[in-house]
Amino acid sequence: MSAVTKAAPEAHASAYDVERVRAEFPILSRSVYGKPLVYLDNANTTQKPRVVIDAVRRYYEEENANIHRGTHWLSEKATEAYEGGREKVARFLGATSPKEIVFTRGTTEAINLVAAGFAREYLQAGDEILITGLEHHSNIVPWQLACERTGAKLVVVPITDEGEVPVDEFEKRLTPRTKLAAVSHVSNALGTVNPVKTFIALAHARKVPVLVDGAQAAPHLPLDVVDLGCDFYAISGHKMYGPTGIGALYGTEAWLEKLPPYQGGGDMISSVTFEKTTYNVLPWKFEAGTANIAGGIGFGVAADWLSGVGLAAVAAHEHDLLVYGTRKLSAIPGLTIVGRAKEKAAVISFVLENVHPHDIGTILDREGIAIRTGHHCAQPVMDRFGLPATARASFGLYNTRAEVDALAAAVEKVREVFG
Amino acid sequence: MTDLRDLYQEVILDHNKSPHNYREMPDATRLALGNNPLCGDKLKLYVRIEGDRIADVAFQGSGCAISKASASIMTDSVKGKSLAEAETLYGKFHDLLTGPPDVKADGAGLGKLAVFSGVREFPARVKCATLAWHTLETILKGQEAIASTE
Repeated sequence: MSAVTKAAPEAHASAYDVERVRAEFPILSRSVYGKPLVYLDNANTTQKPRVVIDAVRRYYEEENANIHRGTHWLSEKATEAYEGGREKVARFLGATSPKEIVFTRGTTEAINLVAAGFAREYLQAGDEILITGLEHHSNIVPWQLACERTGAKLVVVPITDEGEVPVDEFEKRLTPRTKLAAVSHVSNALGTVNPVKTFIALAHARKVPVLVDGAQAAPHLPLDVVDLGCDFYAISGHKMYGPTGIGALYGTEAWLEKLPPYQGGGDMISSVTFEKTTYNVLPWKFEAGTANIAGGIGFGVAADWLSGVGLAAVAAHEHDLLVYGTRKLSAIPGLTIVGRAKEKAAVISFVLENVHPHDIGTILDREGIAIRTGHHCAQPVMDRFGLPATARASFGLYNTRAEVDALAAAVEKVREVFG
Repeated sequence: MTDLRDLYQEVILDHNKSPHNYREMPDATRLALGNNPLCGDKLKLYVRIEGDRIADVAFQGSGCAISKASASIMTDSVKGKSLAEAETLYGKFHDLLTGPPDVKADGAGLGKLAVFSGVREFPARVKCATLAWHTLETILKGQEAIASTE
């Protein structure tokens, strides 16, 4: 069996200069096992451009101090840089005000914050939380915990064989008992882009607030939370070319005012006596303890950088990779792509006849190609397709058609090894 | 550099394709489940113990080539052995995969199991090779619980 890897003409849809983008990522010039690194695990985490690395280093080298306690020059500088990061993230999401941006450790903590607040103030036995069958564990388990505490029920919208969430199935499950809907914007396991704007309109027509898990959307699509109309939007810095350990919860001011604090401690208070504590104003009410200052700064720089590259151009470039990759991989005998939604981000989840995804992962690794294999923290999605695991190539703004070719060639090698 | 062929040796690929003792065992006296949540490997191990001997052993399940071949060769290796002998093999196999790097892993006394010596160079795959053995260990220890490599 000869490899199906003829050189394809580099015909991108736009004037997007992928080589210039690549040059900004130091790690992309390294090799792995003597082969050039082909990094196709972007849904897991993305690499960092020089500007982000420099911003974090500059903070530690030149401005390191604790924030919001500014009696000295350094503390003022650090506070400015950190709050500047919040403003940049607010601008990136299209939020009305930086007050609506709570820094968290990531999407997971952002969702936990809302789920814990809802469990404490708004959920009772018999209430329902609506999620979809596409969710990552981080948009399932916090709601299960909330349900356990309150006796509320988790209701799941089933997905189709293509990996889509049908609008009518979603609508059908909005009942007078639904207290909140929590939906992913883009599925991490399959790449499906959900019609979240439609979901939000349907939910709001019944006065149901909506949280959107945007971890997989923010690095790939132009975003405007006000236009979407969501009540909450959760993102992770490290999936947006920013540092790990930092993320954000966007919440409308009205909702964030209503929700109780998530954790208690320093920085989230206005005054403390042993009798009574008054909480700080938004967004600091939700930020207990010394923040991930370097993370917040780096996150802001990453958000600005990503906007500078332009999400529309990024989306077009990645769509080209998706279409090209889908064609190349589909041509490989025995390979099946899992998740064939009409609206898809650049994620290709696949299985190979008679070869376990873990074996695919190991062989690709030795070719310098990083993909993820396993259940992708979305076991219900795997169960839906009757699979223990898949291999997943997920693309970022720096990937190229040549890398897709390398992937296809390496998958052919897997077939050779397993004869 | 370690070659892929050190990991995927012919013997391993053969056992992956046609695993030995891959069947249900209605007259098993012990049953244990093995689970590797990270890669979704699941294994059901049947053992029929007569006196202090493993009279018969079989398995079913889904998993990667390494875990399937390991289960297959393990069942060949421990069939007919005493419980103490199986325990000794378990220890030797474990050393082969995870022993300190200065100890030469020559697989002495392991017979066919020595084909897994290449796995130690692939740390992410050690759990795949040991899943069946951990599952057997719960039976040897009489725990009969679900073995997990996590």
